[in-house]
Amino acid sequence: MAEDEPPRQAGEGKTSKKRKKVRDPEAEETAKRLKRGPAVDLKSITDKKLKGKLKRTEAVFASSQKKAAQINEWLLPASAGTLEAEGIERTWNFKQEAIVQAVDVSAAAKAFDLSLPELGPYNLTFTRNGRYMLLGGRLGHLALMDWQRSHLVCEVQVKEAVRDVAFLHNETFFAAAQKKYVYIYDKRGLEVHCLRDYTDVHALDFLPHHFLLTSIGEHGVLRYQDTSTGHIVAQHKTKLGPCDVMRHNPHNGVTLLGHSRGCVTMWTPNLTTAAVKMLCHKGPVKALALDPSGTYLATAGVDSQIKVWDVRMLRPLHAYYSHAPVTHMDISQRGLLAVGYGRKVQVWQDALRSKAQSPYLTHHLPEGVLETFRFCPFEDVLGIGHSAGISTMLVPGAGEPNFDTFVANPFQTVKQRQQQEVVALLDKLQPDTIVLDPDTIGRVRKEPADVARERRSEETAANAARLAAMRREAEAKAKMKGKNKPSRRHRKKQSNIIEDRKPTIKERQKEEATRKKEAAQKKAETAIPEDAPRAVRRFYKQ
Amino acid sequence: MKVKVISRSEEEYTRERTSDLRKVQRNYDPLLHPFEKAKEYTRALNAAKLDRVFAKPFLAALPHDDGVTCLARNPKLVNSIVAGAADGDIRIWDIPQKRTLRRLVGHTAAVKGISFAPDGETCVSASTDATVKLWKVPYAPFEAGVVQDDAEAVFEFQGKNAFRGIDHHWDRSAFATAGAAVDIWDHSRSEPVQSFTWGSDTVTSVRFNPAEPDVFASTGSDRSIALYDLRRATPLRKVVMQTRSNALAWNPLEPFNFTAANEDCCLYTFDMRKLESALGVHKDFVSAVMDVDYSPTGREFVAGSYDRSLRIFSVSGGHSREVYTTKRMQRVFAVRFSGDATYVFSGSDDMNVRCWKAKASEQLGVRLPREKHKQAYNDALLERYKHMPEVKRIVRHRHLPAAIYRASKMRRAVTDSDKRKLQRRIDHSAPGSIVVKPERKKKILAQVE
Repeated sequence: MAEDEPPRQAGEGKTSKKRKKVRDPEAEETAKRLKRGPAVDLKSITDKKLKGKLKRTEAVFASSQKKAAQINEWLLPASAGTLEAEGIERTWNFKQEAIVQAVDVSAAAKAFDLSLPELGPYNLTFTRNGRYMLLGGRLGHLALMDWQRSHLVCEVQVKEAVRDVAFLHNETFFAAAQKKYVYIYDKRGLEVHCLRDYTDVHALDFLPHHFLLTSIGEHGVLRYQDTSTGHIVAQHKTKLGPCDVMRHNPHNGVTLLGHSRGCVTMWTPNLTTAAVKMLCHKGPVKALALDPSGTYLATAGVDSQIKVWDVRMLRPLHAYYSHAPVTHMDISQRGLLAVGYGRKVQVWQDALRSKAQSPYLTHHLPEGVLETFRFCPFEDVLGIGHSAGISTMLVPGAGEPNFDTFVANPFQTVKQRQQQEVVALLDKLQPDTIVLDPDTIGRVRKEPADVARERRSEETAANAARLAAMRREAEAKAKMKGKNKPSRRHRKKQSNIIEDRKPTIKERQKEEATRKKEAAQKKAETAIPEDAPRAVRRFYKQ
Repeated sequence: MKVKVISRSEEEYTRERTSDLRKVQRNYDPLLHPFEKAKEYTRALNAAKLDRVFAKPFLAALPHDDGVTCLARNPKLVNSIVAGAADGDIRIWDIPQKRTLRRLVGHTAAVKGISFAPDGETCVSASTDATVKLWKVPYAPFEAGVVQDDAEAVFEFQGKNAFRGIDHHWDRSAFATAGAAVDIWDHSRSEPVQSFTWGSDTVTSVRFNPAEPDVFASTGSDRSIALYDLRRATPLRKVVMQTRSNALAWNPLEPFNFTAANEDCCLYTFDMRKLESALGVHKDFVSAVMDVDYSPTGREFVAGSYDRSLRIFSVSGGHSREVYTTKRMQRVFAVRFSGDATYVFSGSDDMNVRCWKAKASEQLGVRLPREKHKQAYNDALLERYKHMPEVKRIVRHRHLPAAIYRASKMRRAVTDSDKRKLQRRIDHSAPGSIVVKPERKKKILAQVE
């Protein structure tokens, strides 16, 4: 692009004919992500056949990544939302009303308030494609609605306390953690299952690729249940008390729990203890949030700190101080961090990779105290559940503008939904593929030569020892053949064999006596003098 | 303030009429597609399992009146095969209809070899009754109807001794027979035009080279494989092995390579230019290998053995990729690949010619492009993940009859113990005192010119 090039000076030397492609920084980043890591080093390979094969595969990879990068750069239909402040304006000063007035009608319709003051603070969650919203009021009000078209799919009053709600693989099923048990409902509002193994559940979560419903509650038991087969895959006793903060890492499927002693633990169904235990805060952890690439973890504790961690290296990156302890957090698809406490919601942009100085947007709830909030996938909307109902807030630039039809389609028809369910079940991942580093699947685990050698030598030594023991036993048995008669045993008892053992016993007795004498002497030496005052007596070693 | 929020119009993302295709958006950003490796592995596992579920290779059994001793493929017709039986009965089979088109009656003893002339309309058959008969095989497709006896051979060549094998020349109207010696005949002569002998042992089979029409190879009961050239008076060279080879096949796409089916349950692939070492040893059978034939693709071959099984090997592999057995199939004496490399035929002692699929789980017939794409994807997944233990276990799994399973276990125990003992001898002797012959040279005794 001509305006970006520095003005060429005459006589500067040979100017290159090729113009450097100036790419959109986001497109650059996506292209880098598409590379999925460095290429194989072909120079170190001596086997010609293998080298040729790898060269061809690398060429195929490179061409496919180039194509995907080009498609992503040129062929995607939509672009992300933006909010720019002009002049001395600052983005955090913009009120929601002003933003709603400035956008087009269909986008403005996405910001609404549902006033439901009677049935308690509301929990809310969205489906993976962002089309359906599930509300769960504390006093038992469950409602499933297509929120963009203001269409209520089902509504049911369960007459029990509802602590948390979660969608299963699509909008046809959802789970509600009620007073005693967890219930699964159909999209018609009919109760389909009552999961009696789950008692006093505080938080529910669903891993979509593994079809695992996770729950944690009063007893601190983390349960994984496969919702396609109905088996309970794993039950882990966290032994860290009641817990109600649970999130899963979308990159590797690991479940993160925030505990009241300030630590965050990471769990997989395969290990009975936590895979990772991190001490994050002084005091209970109130909120957790993970970004979709599984790189950053944001934690909030009662010590009014928000800490950002690198989850892959388990290192702290930044720490922010808030005026009051933050009670809820969420991270959107494009990395915007939303924090909330009381009646305030703040959205921060670029707060994870680098330390941000000021928020991006703020919102003050007109009515009700904050209960929960979630970003809607593929939309620039933050859904807030509070004690007076539901509100939505427009957050430009939060959602991913271009969805993939075969992953999550907001305009899904019934047939497409059925197809996707079948494909998802066919592609269902087994719970033992949940590992901290998902790249290890399919890798060859190289064992260092000395470790292998040691292991082999240990094996041979153990085998030799076992064989020797067996041989000795066999010999002893052979020796004992015909020699273990009762008369012989009786004779041995009467003989002087006992005499032979006597010296060792006598020796031991002598040793005991000398030891006791020494101990008595020592005690006499270190005895406390009788004129020492009582306060001083503890300094004399006994 | 400049603000823009995502707002999608329904029309843009949905179709207008039901006759339109549904719109599809793709975003290849890896953030939207997590668990790539795990998903691919799961799909590879599912592909391996489905492969085994759909592995139903047996298609048809075509009955004869006596054990089938030889098979021949018509180079011009893909849908027919000619089979010769031990009672002298030769039948031309129409595979799709599973019926006999013609019965070539004439031989009084077992038919040992059948071969087609390059035009596909004439075939010659050699039998143990010391005759070679020339038959006319019409090209036009036959109408449905009753089996017709074609009793008359067009020409009959009388020989002195029983014939063991026959192969037709690719260019001329000449053919070579194997018996007491290798005889070269012409269609118009009643006596052999040329004769090659080397030693006094019988020659069991002859095969012409697919690229060089005047070069051919033969296997003899003196445990040798000999190379000949029609333009010379004497045979070219001979490689003597430890055990006898029963049959031979040239690789159609690498015509300097041939594979010999040996009595010691292995097949040996040789380069004819360098006979002192085999290119590869293919081991999986537990009894003598009776016949071998290459696929027209030149990448794999099929072999049938005395142990009632037939196996398909890859040219570069040492072990078979597929094994076909049936309780009803007895000793396999003849095998052929079909002309389009999709089917494999086996002629066995239980008087049947069996037709099998070369790729057991292949879906035959016309496939939709999406099915083809899915199949290609599954094959690529299996290729990538075939080393993973779970996938390998499923891909390799084949049901074997108890006799073959037990025999192969015993052979493995024997070879393992031999290897162990050899290793110990090497470990406890002076270094370099024990010379180990490589496997490819072990069974070759000598090369003679």
